[in-house]
Amino acid sequence: MEHLVGILNYIVFFAITAGTYSILSLGLNIQWGNTGLFNIGIAGFYALGAYTSALLCGLPPSAWEGRTFGGFQLPFIVGLLGAAIVSGVVAMLVGAPTLRLRTDYLAIATIGIAETIRLILTNESWLTNGVWGFQQIPSPLYKTIHAATSAYLKGHPNLPVWLHDLISKSYDWFYLVLVLVVLFILYLIMERLVRSPWGRVIRAIREDEDATSMLGKNTFSFKMQALVLGAMIMGIGGSMYAHYARFISPVSFKPLYGTFIVWVMLILGGSGNNKGAILGGFTVWGIWAGTDFLTKYLPFTSTQSASLRVILIAVLLEVILLWRQQGLLPPKKHLFSQK
Amino acid sequence: MLVVDNLTKSFGGLRAVDRCSFSVGAETITGLIGPNGAGKTTVFNLLTGFYRPDEGKVLLQDKDITGLPPYRIFQQGMARTFQIPREFKEMTVMENLMLAPTEQSGERLFDPFLRPLRVRQQERSIANRAVEVLDFLGLQRLRNELARNLSGGQKKLLELAKTMMIKPKIVMLDEPGAGVNRTLLKRIVESIERLRDEEKTTFLLIEHDMDFVMRLCNPVIVMSEGKKLAEGEPGEVQRNKEVLEAYLGGQYVAVDG
Repeated sequence: MEHLVGILNYIVFFAITAGTYSILSLGLNIQWGNTGLFNIGIAGFYALGAYTSALLCGLPPSAWEGRTFGGFQLPFIVGLLGAAIVSGVVAMLVGAPTLRLRTDYLAIATIGIAETIRLILTNESWLTNGVWGFQQIPSPLYKTIHAATSAYLKGHPNLPVWLHDLISKSYDWFYLVLVLVVLFILYLIMERLVRSPWGRVIRAIREDEDATSMLGKNTFSFKMQALVLGAMIMGIGGSMYAHYARFISPVSFKPLYGTFIVWVMLILGGSGNNKGAILGGFTVWGIWAGTDFLTKYLPFTSTQSASLRVILIAVLLEVILLWRQQGLLPPKKHLFSQK
Repeated sequence: MLVVDNLTKSFGGLRAVDRCSFSVGAETITGLIGPNGAGKTTVFNLLTGFYRPDEGKVLLQDKDITGLPPYRIFQQGMARTFQIPREFKEMTVMENLMLAPTEQSGERLFDPFLRPLRVRQQERSIANRAVEVLDFLGLQRLRNELARNLSGGQKKLLELAKTMMIKPKIVMLDEPGAGVNRTLLKRIVESIERLRDEEKTTFLLIEHDMDFVMRLCNPVIVMSEGKKLAEGEPGEVQRNKEVLEAYLGGQYVAVDG
């Protein structure tokens, strides 16, 4: 039984991470999946969200910290919204000069800005603590839930071990629900948008931007809206990550974890399909986490097997592109029925 | 309806359109013909804002639309089709049509959430219009078909259908008859004439099929080497010496010289 609870607790941890990644994948789906915007700087917006939230909700700088700013101890929801706004504003600045140009320029600009952001986070210690990162980022309602569970466990010292283990992880269960609720709300918003006339325009832009502008649509404005919206969602993903991990540093936002894996998620799940984006998030993170177990049984050093996993994910991407380009869930055909 | 004045556009050293001036009368079906490379499609691209003219003016009902971006020109009531149809392949025929109307409330990011009723109402009336258009062109069966599955001729009709969604002032058709079989061609010709008669739409069309031009267009404007060469009734133009030369020999003389 203890064993089972151990697995269950791991699944919760797994699902929180997968859910956070699914938020990123959903953000990319509005940009790439629906509008055709080639954003390869997801990690940048993800990092911005995480750091903004940490600055807004975290503790004031302590004596040993390098930063002299931030730590306003604001409620979680402020951090979440702040993360979305900052990521959105930066996306606007990136989009303004590049969205009028061909798609490739946006790609170059986004990868550039993501790296720039990571370097700023590493070097501007007054704001970010540099490589030390932020610690003790408060988790929403942590104190309340922790106090309640501790009190309960103290009051019932004779609980079976498995129940004790399960209850002691109450906070993770709460956070999982929080992630899933945020993910679900974002999913509903995205679904409504994609089905709306607004969604029709951005899907048309994905197919043929010039023809869309010849049909009277200000394509620049629509692309900007999609870019900003996607980046805001990525910022929210960053905030969700920061408040669960409680510790963030520039290393967390390298292109592999922040950008590449999200692309694989969206492409495997089904680019252009919101359900696919989420399914891809859970599937790829499942493969990623699952291979972590497997590497123990392989005759390699841990560095070697870590690289092997990256290769495995890359091979997986190749396989999808060769045999199932549309992903697990292909985009839906939007049928019209006369009412 | 449409006045083109001294329009000029160069690509590198080539003057694709060279001080070209002409006008299109209201409720006419004006043909724009000329040998290959005469600059007809470039004129279309200049008029619809796809290219910016180096010089010259374009007036639509006395309103200066020179150099406006394509979406603004479309919103002014000038629609176009492409020589090679540019349908939105992964969207259904209905969606292709429902995209066209301008000023849709649901195209504003927040309206689907804040004004769902208004958006739905508009969607319904746009859908009704789309069904009307499809009925008019005899495409009703293809409503929920993905546009990429249409035949070449059906795609041409779809192009025309998109322009009909907005009741435009003027429609510019780039080779509506090319690559279309006789039956469909007849349907296209009839549709254009009916639209002129019933909806008072003006047409300017590029066409190489002389039968088609002679049957449908009046007047006909002939372009050669970026300029207007002649204008008149189809029969008249056909007998014009300069025109014949441009088609048969003029270009070769120019090349030799």
